[in-house]
Amino acid sequence: MSQHAHTATHGAGSQTKTAEKHAQDNAEDLHDEGQNHGSYTSYITGFVLSVILTAIPFWLVMHGTLDKNWTIFIVMAAAVVQIVVHMIFFLHMNAKSEAGWSLMALFFTLIIVVIVLAGSLWVMYHLNTNMMPGMEMDGQGPQTSNPAPGGSPDQQGQ
Amino acid sequence: MPESSPLLTAIFGRLTFESFPIHEPILIVTFIVVALGGLGLIYALHRYRLWGFLWREWFTSVDHKKIGIMYMVLGIVMLLRGFADAIMMRLQQALAFNGSEGYLNAHHYDQIFTAHGVIMIFFVAMPLVTGLMNFVVPLQIGARDVSFPFLNNFSFWMTAAGAIIIMISLFVGEFAQTGWLAYPPLSGIQYSPGVGVDYYIWGLQVAGVGTTLSGINLLVTIVKMRAPGMTMMKIPVFTWTSLCTNVLIVATFPVLTAVLVLLSLDRYVGTNFFTNDFGGNPMMYVNLIWIWGHPEVYILVLPAFGIFSEVVSTFSGKRLFGYTSMVYATVVITILSYLVWLHHFFTMGSGASVNSFFGITTMIISIPTGAKIFNWLFTMYRGRIRFELPMMWTVAFMLTFVIGGMTGVMLAIPPADFVLHNSLFLVAHFHNVIIGGVLFGLFAGINYWFPKAFGFKLDTFWGTLSFWFWVVGFWVAFTPLYVLGFMGVTRRLRVFEDPSLQIWFQIAAFGAFLVACGIACFLIQIAVSVMRRDKLRDTTGDPWNGRTLEWATASPPPDYNFAFTPVIHDNDAFADMKKRGYKRPLEGYRAIHMPSSTGTGVFIAALSVALAFGLIWYMWWLAALSFIAILAVAIAHTFNYHRDFHIPAETVAATEASRSKLLATVAGH
Repeated sequence: MSQHAHTATHGAGSQTKTAEKHAQDNAEDLHDEGQNHGSYTSYITGFVLSVILTAIPFWLVMHGTLDKNWTIFIVMAAAVVQIVVHMIFFLHMNAKSEAGWSLMALFFTLIIVVIVLAGSLWVMYHLNTNMMPGMEMDGQGPQTSNPAPGGSPDQQGQ
Repeated sequence: MPESSPLLTAIFGRLTFESFPIHEPILIVTFIVVALGGLGLIYALHRYRLWGFLWREWFTSVDHKKIGIMYMVLGIVMLLRGFADAIMMRLQQALAFNGSEGYLNAHHYDQIFTAHGVIMIFFVAMPLVTGLMNFVVPLQIGARDVSFPFLNNFSFWMTAAGAIIIMISLFVGEFAQTGWLAYPPLSGIQYSPGVGVDYYIWGLQVAGVGTTLSGINLLVTIVKMRAPGMTMMKIPVFTWTSLCTNVLIVATFPVLTAVLVLLSLDRYVGTNFFTNDFGGNPMMYVNLIWIWGHPEVYILVLPAFGIFSEVVSTFSGKRLFGYTSMVYATVVITILSYLVWLHHFFTMGSGASVNSFFGITTMIISIPTGAKIFNWLFTMYRGRIRFELPMMWTVAFMLTFVIGGMTGVMLAIPPADFVLHNSLFLVAHFHNVIIGGVLFGLFAGINYWFPKAFGFKLDTFWGTLSFWFWVVGFWVAFTPLYVLGFMGVTRRLRVFEDPSLQIWFQIAAFGAFLVACGIACFLIQIAVSVMRRDKLRDTTGDPWNGRTLEWATASPPPDYNFAFTPVIHDNDAFADMKKRGYKRPLEGYRAIHMPSSTGTGVFIAALSVALAFGLIWYMWWLAALSFIAILAVAIAHTFNYHRDFHIPAETVAATEASRSKLLATVAGH
């Protein structure tokens, strides 16, 4: 064998080991590779935090002490915080898990979700104001302002 | 619909004798041809006792290579169906002038243009792209299989099940008459009370399960199963584009699923998400479906870009020019593809600020794409170019796709779009990029990797003929559509008033005929190659002097792909190995751990067809039973403990020894 050979640098032996390790990985069904599976305390902390973050919105809505806009804002904020709590305490998300892929996937998801939600709100706001004047979006709006294309709205298939 | 007894309704739901299109002579003839062909196939399989072989070696196989090939077969079969629709439309539009109604009634014609779009995107382009990724990616990264081999088999069968549901609509009931994205309120129950839209919904939902799972599978495979040494910036470009495509699949297909669920709720339980009244807003459907729809375009074209990168570099005998910029361009396209969806509905009324934003993002996305084109050109520059078939397709792609891209930039200008939207100009544009980009890429890929999959090259004579028919046919078919679009002819029309337009439609129909010849030549190419396989045999495993890892193993590769997991030092791993005088290790084989075949995927997919059929026809008992059966099969599968086996070291040694013998005969010549 020539000393330039690919195997020379790494040796047939070490390649065999690589193959063997691969086979073993498969045998273990790739179940866990030393990830953090959380402790009793972390689960309890997560659970308590989730309960608190759920109780606050319920309490606010049932007792209605704050005005509507503040209530909505706090409910949304509590929901976002709760998402983070779930990710940290239940899904064990941190910068190190899966060699950083988890965090990268999370950021990618966040970017996409923000684009989709913000974009849709922006686009739909424009479409609604421009194209559906007089149409109420909160329930049984007047049917007169927006006649069904190609026919009268009398043939509803309810 | 005539009154029927409650018992019959309970059993058959909406299905009556009138549901079968016996009054449509075209469909009757089609049915007879399909039935005779099917019977012939069944007889042949029976005669040559192939059922057991097919079941054991193919249908239940979890080998990524066989699943990849099955995806390709599905895609090619569905291409014939989708193209039959295309040529029927071209013929209708060429005939329906001067008071002639053509030969298709409106009901039938509307189904055809809907089915054509749905089939070509979901059941031709997607299976062909997924099939190539399935076959090539694990080989390129030096893996034994994908991460979840059973899931892979299941994904394929769900895709096939979706295709079967769409095909059933041809002979039982009807297909949607709504256009390929089924916009409400037309697709709502009020305006489409029949089963057509339900076939559409459930066909796509079932296939969507397969697509999403296969996306997850390939994504995990690329992230977790690369050979040692293959860092992110040493991944071959095709695998990079596959990675980005699968990220897009995983991130966008749930949107399609969700929006179709909302539409089904509107149709089945009377909600009002997309209706005209009670607060419903059909524009929300258009918004949501294009949030999926635009990335879908890149899901299809990114792997094609990957194929061209591999082909250009191999057949120019050079390292790819600007590997790093190619990777970044791919990633940028992945992100930007989420920022342009509104350009599909500029004219819906969003106003100047929104339209300008999305017009500009759309123009920006052509920059990384343009960078890719220059990278390919610079790779060819001063290369030792071999004009084999894959390279010919690549050159045709560059010429064709650039024009399609430029008409795309024209459409990205909102004022121009107000003139050109919904016209045949648009139709010509997206066929220009999808045929010129995706389809040419797939043909390049098929010609390039066929010898790897089957151990012999494809015949060049018929391949060249197919190539010229396709390329010329494409331009003859779609240039008239650009012209007609400028004249303001809208899409999806069945009859025409202005006789001066007829000549353009006749030219387009002739182009479609040329493409038909191209498809025929492609099928003949495969048949001829199979017959002449001994002459076309690839004994080396490296017929093109390839540069990436898939060419390092035998053609066709053994079940385990690589006897030893290779170690990577360079992004053209195999070119690097050849340069350093790599010698295959000839001893020290170990038993190889492999996943076992299972029929679960076939069973669940078959039950999904039954479930969808029950839901489409309101046969609630059938839907309930098949749903329970799906759960039962899935649970039973968790008790299947025969999941893996080992290929003994002796078998590996024997396989590798026979390859050594083959290689020795080549060297002896």
